[in-house]
This record gives sequence, C-alpha cells and structure tokens, in this order.
Amino acid sequence: MDWITTVDHKKIAILYLWAGGLFFGIGGIEALLIRWQLIKPMNDFLDAQTFNELITMHGTTMIFLGVMPVIFALMNAVIPLQIGARDVAFPFLNALGFWTFLFGGLLLNLSWVMGGAPDAGWTSYTPLSTSAYSGTHGVDFYTIGLQIAGLGTLIGGINFLATIITMRAPGMSYMRMPMFAWATFITSAIILFAFPAITVGLVLLTFDRILGANFFEPGAGGSPVLWQHIFWIFGHPEVYILILPAFGIISEVIPTFARKRLFGYSSMVFATILIAFLGFMVWAHHMFTTGLGPVANALFAVSTMLIAVPTGIKIFNWLFTMWGGSVRFTTPNLFASGFIPTFTMGGVTGVMLASAPADFQFHDTYFVVAHFHYVIVGGLVMGLFAGLHYWWPKMFGRMLSETLGKWTFWTFITGFHLTFFVQHFLGLMGMQRRVFTYLPNQHFDTLNLVSTIGAGLMGVGTLIFLANIVITSRNPMDADDDPWEDGRTLEWSIPSPPPEYNFKQTPLVRGLDALWKEKTAGNKGMTPAEPVGSIHMPSATPLPFIMSVGIFIAGFGFMFSRDNFSSGFVSFLFNNYIVTGLGLLITFGAMLMRSLYDDHGWHIEPEELEGR
Amino acid sequence: MMRTWHSARRLLPLIAVFGTVLAGCGREDLSVLRPQGPAAESSLGLMKLAISIMIVVLLIVFSIAAYVLIRFRRKPGQNEIPEQIEGSFKLEVLWTVIPLILVIVLAVPTVRTVFALGDNHSGDKNAIKVKVTGHQYWWEFEYPDYGIKTAQDLIIPAGKNIAFELTTNDVLHSFWVPSLSGKIDTNPTGATNRFSFSAPKEGVYRGKCAELCGPSHGFMEFKVKAVSNDEFKQWIEAQKAPAVLPEDPALAQTFKEQCLKCHAVGDQGLSVGPNLTGIGSRESVAGILLNDDTRQDGAPVEENLKSWLHDTQGVKPGNLMPDPKQDMGLTDDEIDRIADYLAGYKLN
Repeated sequence: MDWITTVDHKKIAILYLWAGGLFFGIGGIEALLIRWQLIKPMNDFLDAQTFNELITMHGTTMIFLGVMPVIFALMNAVIPLQIGARDVAFPFLNALGFWTFLFGGLLLNLSWVMGGAPDAGWTSYTPLSTSAYSGTHGVDFYTIGLQIAGLGTLIGGINFLATIITMRAPGMSYMRMPMFAWATFITSAIILFAFPAITVGLVLLTFDRILGANFFEPGAGGSPVLWQHIFWIFGHPEVYILILPAFGIISEVIPTFARKRLFGYSSMVFATILIAFLGFMVWAHHMFTTGLGPVANALFAVSTMLIAVPTGIKIFNWLFTMWGGSVRFTTPNLFASGFIPTFTMGGVTGVMLASAPADFQFHDTYFVVAHFHYVIVGGLVMGLFAGLHYWWPKMFGRMLSETLGKWTFWTFITGFHLTFFVQHFLGLMGMQRRVFTYLPNQHFDTLNLVSTIGAGLMGVGTLIFLANIVITSRNPMDADDDPWEDGRTLEWSIPSPPPEYNFKQTPLVRGLDALWKEKTAGNKGMTPAEPVGSIHMPSATPLPFIMSVGIFIAGFGFMFSRDNFSSGFVSFLFNNYIVTGLGLLITFGAMLMRSLYDDHGWHIEPEELEGR
Repeated sequence: MMRTWHSARRLLPLIAVFGTVLAGCGREDLSVLRPQGPAAESSLGLMKLAISIMIVVLLIVFSIAAYVLIRFRRKPGQNEIPEQIEGSFKLEVLWTVIPLILVIVLAVPTVRTVFALGDNHSGDKNAIKVKVTGHQYWWEFEYPDYGIKTAQDLIIPAGKNIAFELTTNDVLHSFWVPSLSGKIDTNPTGATNRFSFSAPKEGVYRGKCAELCGPSHGFMEFKVKAVSNDEFKQWIEAQKAPAVLPEDPALAQTFKEQCLKCHAVGDQGLSVGPNLTGIGSRESVAGILLNDDTRQDGAPVEENLKSWLHDTQGVKPGNLMPDPKQDMGLTDDEIDRIADYLAGYKLN
C-alpha cells in the first residue's frame, strides 16, 4: 500500500527500476527467442507471424518500457539529490507519471494473451499497420498502450525541467550543475518537444484504425510517407533521449573513479546542447530510401554527419579526464571504460549510415541492426549498468558485490560484441533485417550462429546481475554516505539511503563538484545554507494510481469499442463507449477530488530531525 | 597483467571472425562488398572512404583509451590526489576541428554521389523502362514499351541502363539487388519512385525485399537476370507469343477455370496474381524454391511447383493465393499434372 500511494522521488525511482527491469526482462526473452530462431537457416522454431510480433514487441518494449523507465529510475533517484533539493517540483505528478507508464506498458503486453501482439515493427509503418493489413487488435494495443505510457514520459520530462530550473540549491548556477543533471535537463527538453509528435501520430493512427479515418490510407488520399515523417520527427530525438542520460552517467562515473574533475566541463555542456539541437534536424536520414529526392537526401546527410563533431568532443573529453588521473576499476568504472570504445564503434557506423548513397545499401539490413544496438546496448545499456552499480548503494544502502559485478561486465561485453559485431558483415553480405528466416548457402549461416551464441552470453551476464541483486539484498544496509570514497557531487554528502527529506539543511554550493570542493578544503561535509527548520512534505495519496487505472480502463474500452462479444451485455457495454466512459469518469473523478480537496501536506519538525 | 590478458581474450573471437569474413565477403551475386554494376560500385566507393576514415578514428580512440587505462591505473598504496585540470582550450579546439575536417572529407563525395545516383534515366531513349510493382509477397515487372508483364524474374539486357518506376499494390516494400544497386522503397501511387541501374555483366543476381511487409517479408525474393541483347529480344518475342495451354483438353479446361481467374499466361487470363508465362524457365518458384537440377541449391522445377501447389501457406505464410486443394477443389492428381505442365512451359 505504501508503494501505491508514495510520492517520494526515491521510492518512485525504485518503482521505476522494478517495473523497467520487469519489462527489460520480457524484452530480453523476446530477443533471445528471436536469436534462437535465426541460429540456422530455414529454422522452424517460430512461425513468421509470431516472429514479427516478437520483433515488434522487442523493439517497442525495450525502447519505451525497458530502458526509458530505468533512465527515469536513475533520474528520480539522483537528480533531486544532485541539485540539493528535497524532492522533484511536482511529487504528485511524478507518481502519476510512473503509474501511467506502468499501466500503458501492462496494456501493451496484455496483447500477448488477448489475441495477437502488434506485428508491424516498432516503427509501425503504414499501411502495414492499418486495419486492412493488420487485422488483430495488436496495433491498437501499440497505439493506445504507448499513448498512455507516453503520457507518463511527458509528465516526467516536464517535472524534471521544472525541478532543475527552480529547485537547485543556493550557489548551484547552471554551470556548476553536475553533468548528469545537465543531461537530464536537456533530455527532458527533448522529451518536451519530441513526444508531442508521437502523441499526434498515435492519435491519428488510432483514428484510422478505430474510427475509420484516412490519414495514412493511400486509397483515400492519405499518405504512408506522412507517418514516416511524424514517426521519425519523434523517433530520431528519441535516440538522444536515450543516449544523453548515458553520457551524463559516464560523465559522473569517470571523474569519480579517476579522482579528477571532468575535462572540459563547459565544452561537455555545449556539446550536449548541440547534439540535442541537431538531433531534431536529422530525422529524414531514416528515410533516405523513401524517395525524398537528392536535395533532401544531401541536406539530411550532411546535417547528420555534423553530430559526429559534438559527440567526438565528448569522447575525447572523457579520455582526457582519465589522462593523468588515478583510475580505479570498480564495476561502475569498468562499464564506463567499456562504454567509450564500444559507443565509439556505434558512433562511427552512424556517420557511415549518414552517407546517403552508402545508406541505400545499409538501410534495413543487419548493418543497421548492428549500428543501433551498438549505440543503444553498447552505449545506453552499458551506461545504465555503470549508473546502477554506481548509485546502488545510494538507492538501497547496500553495496553490490564487486566480484559478481566484474563477472557481469566481462560476460556481458564479450557477449555483446560477439552478437553485434558480426551483424555488420551480415548486412553487407546482403541479409536484410526483420526476416524470420533465411535461405541456406548465402554465407549467412556461421555469422548468425556466432551472433546467437553471443546473445546467450549477454543473457548470462544479465542473470549474474540479477543474482548479484538477490544475493546482496540479504546484506545489512551499511553503505557509507560516500561509499566510493571519491564522490564529488551532493548526493554523496547525505546518508545512504537518504532520509525521506533528503537534506536536513539545504547545502550551500561553492563550486563545480560541490562535495569534492568541500573535501579538498578540509571540511567534513557541506556547509548548510539555512538553519534547521520545519520541513514541509507532500502527503501520500492513491489518486495518481486511481487516475492511471481509469485511463487504462478507458483505453481498453475504446480499443474494443467496435467488437462483437459472445455476450450481448458485454458488447453493449463496449459498443456504446460505456467502458470508455467509466474509465474516464474514474480519471476525471480523481482529478476533481484532487482539485476540490486541498491537501496541505505535513511537516517534519526540527526536534524529530535532531532525534535521528 | 590480468587485464591485458582479459582484453586479448576478448579480442580473439573478433579476430577469428574477421578472418573468416575477409576470406568470404559473401556471394558474388548477393554481397554489397562484391559490386557487379556501377550503382553498387559508387555506393561501395563511399563505404570504403567512410570505413577508412572511421578505422583511423577508432584506432586513435582505442590507442588513447588503452594507453590511459593501462598507464593511469591506480596502484596499490597510491593515494595522492591528481591535479584537477579544468580542460585545455587548444586540445578541445583540436578535437573539434579534426572531426569537422573528416566530416567535410566524407560530405563532399556523399553529396556528389547523391546527385549522380539521383539520375533516373526516365527520359533516356536507350534505357529499358520497367515498372516494378510490389505485392504481398511477389514482384511484378512490366515493360510498358513492349506491352508485357512478368513476375519474380526480371530479365534485362546486360550493359543497358534500366529506368525503373516503382509502386506498390498494397503495403510498402523495398526493391533491393545488393550486388547491382542500393535499395529504393515502393510507395503507393502518388509517391511513385524512379531510379536506375545497369548490369554490365551477364548473370543472375539475387534481389530481396528490404521493408517489413508482413509474415513472408523474408521470402519476398526475386532474381535479376542480365542477358545479351539478342537473348533479351528473343525473350520479349516469346513472352508476347500466344499462350501455351495444357495438351489434355480436360486439364486445359480446369487450368483455365481455376488458375486463369487470377494468373495470366501469354494472351490469356487475368494478371491479378503473378504472370505465369514461361514459368518453367524461371530461376525459382515463388521466389524462394530455387530451381536447380543438380539439387545443390534447390530442386528441379517440377518438384518445386509441386511443393508450392500442395502447400502454398507452408512455403510462403500469409500469401494471398487460395489453396488449390482446399479452396479450389483440385485433386492431388490434377495439381501434379498442372505442375508438370507449368514446369514444361518454357520460353525458347
């Protein structure tokens, strides 16, 4: 019950982590099934339809329900602490964001047991995704599930923007903000501008499918290419929504374990902003083969290549942060140092893909599959592993086992390169992506076998990580405030895990890497910026949960509004939008309660603070 | 020491794979790395340039990373605080300018090639015009200048430019012959695409659909057959010749009633499904059952036709052809005889 009503950012972070971890596991199992099917030519382990459902759900789940929530988990756990705040700006909305994400994700995954998962690819290109060619409710689960989950992301993004703009501790100017806070800030800004595009796209596609509209139906004047533009105007920035937080994590981990401040901090900040800015202008590089013509292709090719410049700045700044440092290889830093070369490999293939005439060959082949997995798994997932190992003691008060952590790293990275490196060559040798099987004698067999073996190894690495969590969860909560000893930022100045009010007294920030600065000045901790006083806390409330349940029911009802059920009564309920209405009633009712009933929260008094 | 050994072990499989790949590089009729025409060559040229630049970049990053990770490891007992360096304006400018130069080096030929490949030869009198239409899950090739249609095997004269006009009849597909040219999508009418390639050498090249188009997306293959000019002319004439129907009148009747409702042979039937004229001399049945009398890559054509007609959904799941036995009421014997007739229907 406590978990359902909580509005504490640290608890919401843990909720995000478990839910994201669950979906990550589902997406991972889907990946292993896909790889098992491709282990040999003409394999009949899966049929074609199931395979297409698996690739669609693997992509969708991993992007929207696997990695993004884990990113949100880390942001929620760390950002208020890093900027010296007691919570996010809107704790109630924070909870609402989590619950809408969870119910959206549940709705999407219900498709497995309710008559057909989406099967049109995670990009859902029309007309394959229209009701004419995708007859099951699969794509409806996709449009409505993602719409609900997307609400959560948008809410979360806006919340972090407001938090970072308004709630930084005294003295923390923008240019004294830790890099992870910067990355979160920029990522949230991208979410603010990119998610409305997918929201619109999903609404239009829902209208096409459920209400018989014709936005994307070529026969009735709609345009399938329009969907591609809408999708990628969201979809390309989405890549940066994913990778910038990883950049942020790496920029925290490396300085800590090199005992050195981040090299070229201001150029890192501006590189991040530049990447976000350029990220919005390159969506059509996913569409070189659509036939936009040479002028558009040339412009988008060159603007895409430009992203290599700020990214290169970041890579070299990280390397030179370690240069001259005193580098300690803990598990987080292993992942961070593994990240640099791996991500660089994904980056350079990205530049190759930007060259439009070469992309005519790369596009929709395993070369592209290799490229984006190098970026998303080799970049983001490695970054998340680094971040999770790094902040685990802060989140849970327990250290993860270093031995198991190192095993995780070595099996995972070996498996990763084994899986995806060979896929570059598969693509160049003529293997297109999203094929459920392939004919023999095309020189595809050995490399696919290697790739599948690698995927298994990655699975083993992930299991070791899970084992690590389970085993260490039995240890006492005895992690130090600053368990890595060289913590540089504010989160390491308070106990692990932090008390619910985070900071007894808001700290005074006197420079970049605030805690490090105090430590090197010989101080034991941060200097407070205020006297000990009564702390105002928001009340726990079940309303966000109830609102999300309402939206879930409404989406569900809308999706089946055209169906005939065996029971006439059930058909009556769905066909007259009664179920939809009921769901909306629950949501709006909860909103009304929230508006009418003024909850002033509660206070933690100084005596209580001192008593601890 | 332990670490270096670890890194070496990590590289071993990669080196092994690298070796096999460089020895292979894929099939001549399929691999992007072994181009057989000018369009594929210009793509590969850019790839080579890009790969060279990228390998240089990777080598620099890898060597700095390796050096840093080995040289600046914290040794036991080492506890001093390193100097807190803010950054270096010179260095940061250096690694802004160098990537910028590298990008320009790649961008200039990219733009040039984009425009060169943008030439679609649609106004070229000497080019052979072909209208490509994608269907779930087969390809239709129409030669508007000659008034003929065929399916699955695209016959072209070697050395001539082919001016393509591409559309789709249902969902999006993507037309790709890796060894001859990059791919281009088939959009519905209204967003018709044009492009061009040529195959200087005679031979058979493997083509694929590269855009997810449904369950049998992976099976939507086709062949491009480059033949001499004379052979091409003969083929055109043979395609235009009147239909050859089964000799047995009863079978001919069944064939007409059942198959020609969707398919066409010569001047008879409808062209809703793939055109069957001369199907016995094609490279494959249904695009994926390869016709090969030596049985190395497939089976003889009559065997393939039988496998197809007896189990259309098994061979190509989700295709739109009605099942000859279940839906059209043909007997096994009739199916076999139609297969034999089609196998014998060869051009030339």
